[in-house]
Amino acid sequence: METLPTIWFILIAVLWAGYLFLEGFDLGVGMLMKLFARENRERRVLLNTVGPVWDGNEVWLITAVGAMFAAFPRWYAALLSALYLPMILVLLGLIFRAVGFEYRGKVNSERWRSGWDWAIFGGSLISAFGVGTALVLTSTGLPLNANGDRVGGAFAWFNGYTLLGGAAVVLFCLIQALAFLALKTDGLLRARARRLFARWAPVALLPLLLWAVLVGVGGAKLIGWLAIAVAVLTAVAAVLAARRGREGWSFISLGVFLLAVVGSIFYNLYPRVLPSSLSASFDLTIQNASSSAYTLGLMSVIACFGVPLVLAYQGWTYWVFRKRISPASIPA
Amino acid sequence: MEALDIARWQFGITTVYHFLMVPLTIGLGLLVAVLQTCWLRTGKAEYLRMTKFWGKLFLINFILGVATGIVQEFQFGLAWSEYSRFVGDVFGAPLAMEALLAFFLESTFLGLWIFGWKKLPAKIHLACLWIAVLGSVVSAYFILVANSWMQHPVGVEVINGRPQMVDAWAVFTNNTALVAFPHTIFGALAVAGGFLLGISWYHLWKRRQLGIDTVDEKKRVIVGESPEHPGRDKTDHKVWLRGLRIGAVVAMVAFAGTAISGDLQGKLMFEQQPMKMAAAEAACQNGTSFSVLSFGDVGSSNCNDVVAVIEVPGLLSFLAHGDFNTEVKGVSSLIPEYQAKYGSTLPNNPIYGDRAGQPIQYVPVMAVTYWGFRMMIGFGGLAAFAAFVALIIARKGTVPSSKWLMRLAVLGILAPFGANSAGWIFTELGRQPFVVAPNPQMDGIDPVFMFTAAAVSPGVSAAELIFSLVAFTAVYGVLLVVEVALLVKYIRGGVPSAMPELIEKKDSDQSQKDDDDVLAFAY
Ligand code: HDD
Ligand code: HEM
Ligand code: HEM
Repeated sequence: METLPTIWFILIAVLWAGYLFLEGFDLGVGMLMKLFARENRERRVLLNTVGPVWDGNEVWLITAVGAMFAAFPRWYAALLSALYLPMILVLLGLIFRAVGFEYRGKVNSERWRSGWDWAIFGGSLISAFGVGTALVLTSTGLPLNANGDRVGGAFAWFNGYTLLGGAAVVLFCLIQALAFLALKTDGLLRARARRLFARWAPVALLPLLLWAVLVGVGGAKLIGWLAIAVAVLTAVAAVLAARRGREGWSFISLGVFLLAVVGSIFYNLYPRVLPSSLSASFDLTIQNASSSAYTLGLMSVIACFGVPLVLAYQGWTYWVFRKRISPASIPA
Repeated sequence: MEALDIARWQFGITTVYHFLMVPLTIGLGLLVAVLQTCWLRTGKAEYLRMTKFWGKLFLINFILGVATGIVQEFQFGLAWSEYSRFVGDVFGAPLAMEALLAFFLESTFLGLWIFGWKKLPAKIHLACLWIAVLGSVVSAYFILVANSWMQHPVGVEVINGRPQMVDAWAVFTNNTALVAFPHTIFGALAVAGGFLLGISWYHLWKRRQLGIDTVDEKKRVIVGESPEHPGRDKTDHKVWLRGLRIGAVVAMVAFAGTAISGDLQGKLMFEQQPMKMAAAEAACQNGTSFSVLSFGDVGSSNCNDVVAVIEVPGLLSFLAHGDFNTEVKGVSSLIPEYQAKYGSTLPNNPIYGDRAGQPIQYVPVMAVTYWGFRMMIGFGGLAAFAAFVALIIARKGTVPSSKWLMRLAVLGILAPFGANSAGWIFTELGRQPFVVAPNPQMDGIDPVFMFTAAAVSPGVSAAELIFSLVAFTAVYGVLLVVEVALLVKYIRGGVPSAMPELIEKKDSDQSQKDDDDVLAFAY
């Protein structure tokens, strides 16, 4: 029985892609609090573009991790325990960010706000980097023994891929946030976001592409390469659309780009979920890491109802808050 | 300290901390939803003010629940990888369902509620709050299903040394979960009731302090108004008096609810985890009396060190069994039973490291279980009794001008929190030395259980755990101070802190126009 584990492998890839796409822009907006916004009013515009949705976006992460636990317990156990320190930093980052969003405006003091701005900036940066680390290493491998435990000490996960994956996700989030701000704000902010996007996207998307290519070189499957080709084309399309002022198209192209990249990475990884760099016989695969068919079947039924429902009401939320925001819409 | 001990401290600290926010979120969320419903039905100004004020406090607290909850979701994989591998087939499912079916609802619809005040039609806006609040109730159910499976595994068979789910219905209708769920929800309402009561008392007192409200010779309130104190008008008095009354009634009903459901839990515990029951009593010998107070070293596993000073004959039997003369087994007769069933030394398995071959200590730390159990009931009962007294004192429409009584009322907010924490600490520590307690009714050759000593991540070093333990404790400590400071600031500010429009008297045409564009509750 491999159908069910395969379905869950795909579903988890989709959850991660959904997470990167959605939280991508609010992690990016968090970093842009310091890199892009120039004064308090602009910062508040930024916060309010993601205000109603960021918590819902974060639940994609919780669901992705929860689905890994339910469907592939050995994957969940090995990845998180092997990446102990970076994951702790991700958690601390997410804590600071969440609390910063909510508490920043609650005391009227410059120091208070500036402190939380740093917390939001740092928290977003660290969590984006850490998520990138976890995803790149699950696709390129960790030094795991036969039981799925890390060998080689607390920093055995550190290598070139770690940096590549971390940087790739951080840069993607920044670009995704610029595309999002171009779509959600008005006036000067909108123009600046669009300009920056068109200028920096070609550079910022490269690490993500490089990661997909490196994973592809190991697997070398045709469909994987096709996906990478699609990714390149949509990246170009996103930049061109932004230059022409078509923010909607630019945002959508970027979404397809992400889907293509994540798709190619997971496609080339399959049927492994987490390779061991010590021995291929220790690789975690959809067969040896998965839950029983009974559990997967139960979860599939739940997902069949749950996922479309979530997509529907989250989509509705974006529609309710579709209006652009500008400094003028922020109360004094 | 060894990795195992550090990991246990870390789990305990982070979880107890998470559960400071959780009951307030669940309880206050339900109350705010009721208040907004009242407002929509009656259109009375005081209900709108109550919705906004309590809603603001709810949000300040909610966010810390979210922030610390994410840690929980990752923890099983981080420090407890052996545990995750062992139970994943059963335990992961409710966790994933909680995220998919509850957290999405909670977070998405709360976002709609916070930012949708002026964007959504009133009924839909209210529906959003109800959906979010029901999301948190559903989340409680799923997580309690997961936890109850650790207390009482059901619906599984052991295949290749690992429990595999064979009967999802049994897992999701585990009787342990079905009684823990109402118990926890009532516990949450107890917290919210005390919160409303204490804060409303403070504001009624403050109004007297400022000379706005006075009393006549029959001690009946004369509600006043004062132009120097914007926002403290006559409606304001209704806000607090009603808050006090609602809070007190909720606190009393909630205590009754915890007592009834807790009684059922006690009966299950007697069947399912007899050692926990004995340890809750620090009972060495078999017996039927419930001890109200014991002296001596209850932490000791030597029975003769504990002397029960006050005992209620028959009550223990009643708690455990529903009559007055069934003997409840004491520790001394349980130890040999456990040893016969589950071994007297830890197996020689590399999982146990240095601990392999060591004798198994089947008695949980009795000082914790004994006092944990009594603090849970004691704090809860105390809060309910105080709520009753408060209702009487405030029956003429205000509270006495005594500063000490006010302080006591505010301090009382902490009691139900204490009861909740004590309940969990008792439940979780009473389960030791198992992380998955054996189910005595499980017939078959392979009973499902796991010792805590086998559950921790083998690859993670003590140094890593120390780092994270220190980091979490420090960050959580700071955040607790910040949260409490913010809550205090907004509580002191009263209703206007959540409704600035009450004091900023704007030119009405102008404000009407602004309001359409301006974001409600903007960050
Ligand atoms: C009885 C209730 C209860 C219990 C025992 C727990 N929680 Fe919790 N949790 C909630 C009730 C809750 C809640 C009321 O639904 C929260 C609190 C504040 C909030 O936002 O939702 C929440 C938040 C919350 C979140 C953030 C959700 C979001 O972003 O919206 C996560 C990931 C978890 N929890 C996970 C856990 C795990 C893995 C637990 C077990 C160790 C746990 N919780 C114990
Ligand atoms: C929110 C309420 C909860 C509180 C306050 C709580 C409290 C605790 C405490 C104090 C410990 C440490 C015990 C020790 O030192 O051995 C502990 C351990 C543990 N609890 Fe809970 N718990 C809660 C809910 C849960 C839930 C819902 C689960 C499962 C879903 C859970 C799973 C565990 C695990 C895996 C351990 C670690 C193993 C151990 O040390 O026993 N707990 N908990
Ligand atoms: C007469 C009153 C009460 C009785 C008889 C009672 C009984 C119990 C019992 C037997 C357990 C342990 C269940 C187990 O480990 O199997 C428990 C757990 C717990 N109690 Fe109580 N309780 C009472 C009041 C309260 C109050 C007032 C609160 C909070 C305000 C509270 C909060 C908790 C919590 C949070 C737990 C742990 C979670 C759970 O198992 O539901 N209890 N209670």
